[in-house]
Amino acid sequence: MADTDRNQIEKLIDGDLTWDELRSDVLPDPKDEQRFEVTREILQERVEWDDPILVPLNDHLFAVAKNGDRIVKAECGHEFGPLEDNWKTECQVRVKESETDMRQLYPKWMTPDEDWGFQLREFFCPECYTLLDVDAVPAGYPVLKPFEPDVDVFYEEWLEQPAPDATP
Amino acid sequence: MSKPDQQLETDEVQYERVDPPIGWDGKTLHEMLEESDRHLEETDRYYGLDELGMKADRPFEYEQMFSQLRGALVSARETALHVSASPIVREIGELCFQVYTPEGDCIALSTGIIVHVHTGSLAIKYMIEEDYEHDRGIQPGDIFCNNDNDLGNVHTTDVHTIVPIFHDDELVAWVDGVTHQVDIGGMTRGHDQLASTTRYEDGLYATCEKIGENDELFQDWRDRAQRAVRTPMYWDLDEKCRLAGCHMIRNAVKSMIDDVGVETFKQFSREAVEEGRQTLHSRVKERLFPGTYRDSSFMPVPFGDEAWKPSSKQDMLNHLPVEVRVDADGGLTLDMEGASPPGPHAYNCAEGAMEGGLWVSLTQSLLHDGKVNDGSYFAVDTNYPEGSIVNPEDPSRSFHTSWGSLMPTYNAFWKNVSRAFFARGFREEVVTGYSETGDPLQGGGLYEPTDQYFPVAPFEHSCQGLGASAVRDGLDWGYAMWNPESDMGDVEEWELIEWGLPYLSRQVKPNTAGHGKYRGGSGWEGIRMVSNSSDVSLYKHVVPGVGFTTSGMAGGYPNSLNYSLRAHDTDLEDRFENEEPYPIGDSPPESFDEDIEGDVRRSQKGLYFPEEYENHDLVHYQMGGGPGYGDPLERSIELVVEDVEDGIYTPDIVEQVYGVVGEFDEDEREFTVDEDATEQRREELMETRREETRPYDEFYEDERERVVEGDVSDPAKWMYEGVFDQSADWGAFFREFWDVDDDFRFDQEE
Repeated sequence: MADTDRNQIEKLIDGDLTWDELRSDVLPDPKDEQRFEVTREILQERVEWDDPILVPLNDHLFAVAKNGDRIVKAECGHEFGPLEDNWKTECQVRVKESETDMRQLYPKWMTPDEDWGFQLREFFCPECYTLLDVDAVPAGYPVLKPFEPDVDVFYEEWLEQPAPDATP
Repeated sequence: MSKPDQQLETDEVQYERVDPPIGWDGKTLHEMLEESDRHLEETDRYYGLDELGMKADRPFEYEQMFSQLRGALVSARETALHVSASPIVREIGELCFQVYTPEGDCIALSTGIIVHVHTGSLAIKYMIEEDYEHDRGIQPGDIFCNNDNDLGNVHTTDVHTIVPIFHDDELVAWVDGVTHQVDIGGMTRGHDQLASTTRYEDGLYATCEKIGENDELFQDWRDRAQRAVRTPMYWDLDEKCRLAGCHMIRNAVKSMIDDVGVETFKQFSREAVEEGRQTLHSRVKERLFPGTYRDSSFMPVPFGDEAWKPSSKQDMLNHLPVEVRVDADGGLTLDMEGASPPGPHAYNCAEGAMEGGLWVSLTQSLLHDGKVNDGSYFAVDTNYPEGSIVNPEDPSRSFHTSWGSLMPTYNAFWKNVSRAFFARGFREEVVTGYSETGDPLQGGGLYEPTDQYFPVAPFEHSCQGLGASAVRDGLDWGYAMWNPESDMGDVEEWELIEWGLPYLSRQVKPNTAGHGKYRGGSGWEGIRMVSNSSDVSLYKHVVPGVGFTTSGMAGGYPNSLNYSLRAHDTDLEDRFENEEPYPIGDSPPESFDEDIEGDVRRSQKGLYFPEEYENHDLVHYQMGGGPGYGDPLERSIELVVEDVEDGIYTPDIVEQVYGVVGEFDEDEREFTVDEDATEQRREELMETRREETRPYDEFYEDERERVVEGDVSDPAKWMYEGVFDQSADWGAFFREFWDVDDDFRFDQEE
């Protein structure tokens, strides 16, 4: 897949590629050099807002440029605040910790032992209530910021082009 | 006791002694290693190579040499594994060969258990640094052995045979073969012991030891090893397997040198390592997004009720944090600041083993084209904090089951790298992690018909569920992080050595796969019966049973947890006699009990220490699933239907988690979806999210209050206190995050 096949990347994003297509066209080396830009374009066309996407963070979250700042924004349009902050601190949170909680997900005997105090911390978008992440940690564990992208280095040094929010 | 029936004539192979220095151009090996290190330090390039001259000027010859070397390694492995009698080596392929530069840097490797590639490198460097060249002697025909984790190995039952390759009076390369032993001695039977707490209980150690000359093993070494292990025949044939492979590869290298000349071989070997380093750097820039990535894994050690030694009779939780930094130059850094201190258990992991885990992870995430070597190791900066569980720097610790730290750690590493793949658009390369291969079953006994000892060491745990990617489900029952060529092996093969423990079943274990838009790969379960045997002891070692080691990604959930199950004093003999049903699984949990009478024992813990078994006792074991990716409510209904019909999930679980409601005809294995009920159930689940969630700030305040009051589990307190002692930086991070006093400690609350 040395040349970027836009239709194939759309199917990749949607999870619609068959195993044969994945195995033969997408997984092997060399990878298509335009993957990032084409992916970014497709994602930008799919959201209903115009703030330029800088980098996708997961299926529903993006680092975007807005009014001279860089923020985290959800597909649904909800804004989570500055990119340098941890977007999880802006989520709606549900904690599963008891045996009863865990049994909503796993059968008897296949859940954590309550005495060990493990939590499933579910982080939801406050607007659309999509599940954005699940942390599995012992109670008392800090909430880690999973990813701090170095946007300027990526665009200016790696792609050798201005970031989408660069001043002309 | 161990002299071969037909001893080789000692004058069949005679080597003339080579006087030191044995390095290139009159240098000692120590001088070569110092020079290599200096070049790397000063230039960041292997041996300071500014350009790959041979690769550029004679690309065909260069590539041909790499292919020849790689081919010789793979060919030797495929041939040598038939010398072994152990199914672990012969059937599962727990064997790997690699060729190193004189300084101990891997040039090329075979297929197989490639986690060991960099560990062999460390053993060679130790011998160089300790000046074996002058003191112990490094001569043509010499044979060395290492399985000392502190100097270059993964865990105690991995054994390396290392042979120097000379051309004229110079050492031009080393070759190393490594196999996983059925048994290495130690305080209990098995190859991944639970009970060991110190080195003195781990079994046979060879510490970069010379074990032979003139291509023959010393008799005192053979005798010592045979008397130290419980399965001397497997030991003997595994050692012959490693040595045969090393000698095949030595011949191949000598043949290459005869063809191309020694100077060309030397240039090739250094360029190959530098190419590996450059390849990783370029791959990082090609596939990842610069920035900082953070994740953590946890290793529960539920020994409070289980352990034998007083010092380890406690429930412990180990912290395995992983921060990955991708810098502007394409450099990669792995930082484990905040890892727990070592402990009174067998999960201590030497730095070399951690580097082996990093190396094998890189080969499967960033460098999966087969042309990899130690150059990729040079391209990654690492911090395995000194004095921590991932770098104890204390050879007195037990390292018998270092996998207990190594495997959880790289789940966090894989998730970090996968976030980088996702950001860059390479969603197909995302992997949420894997189920860890805690050994399901180990032990041994006496088979009465032959009055011989049989080991129990099946490697079925090499077939777990792989985590989901960002575009598809994880691989079902077919993955292990340490050997990308996973194979559970045939039942018949295992029964050939595990005579007293025939199989009753293997089957899919429903609800083991982590939930998500793309689910993790599924696990499975098996049941075996003790038969015609005496003095049988078995133990089960599956992590985790009491808590998660890892999570999913992007809304995906971790895989379900393991448990232990066995039955003693059963009525199985009568059931066979009366042709009545017997257990072939435990799905749903507790269904096992319907077809057996006896003392059925379950535990949430996925492990138990060695227990005595009698004939017709049953043992159940379970392989885990992989973590999931994405919000489960986004999983397509069609895929959920397939899950139910394939036995991956049960209807009650898919209704609870995926909101898919329907009727399941088990006989026809047909799941018919009730579309209206499904739509209603999914709306209910969304409504529940709105009702049951609360803003982060409220969550934070409640959790902070718990921290301040010390209201966390005892194993978690053990973890936090240990980390506070181990890492001031992580302690400061913790205290700042929770906004507590700078001297906050949990033990002050008790």
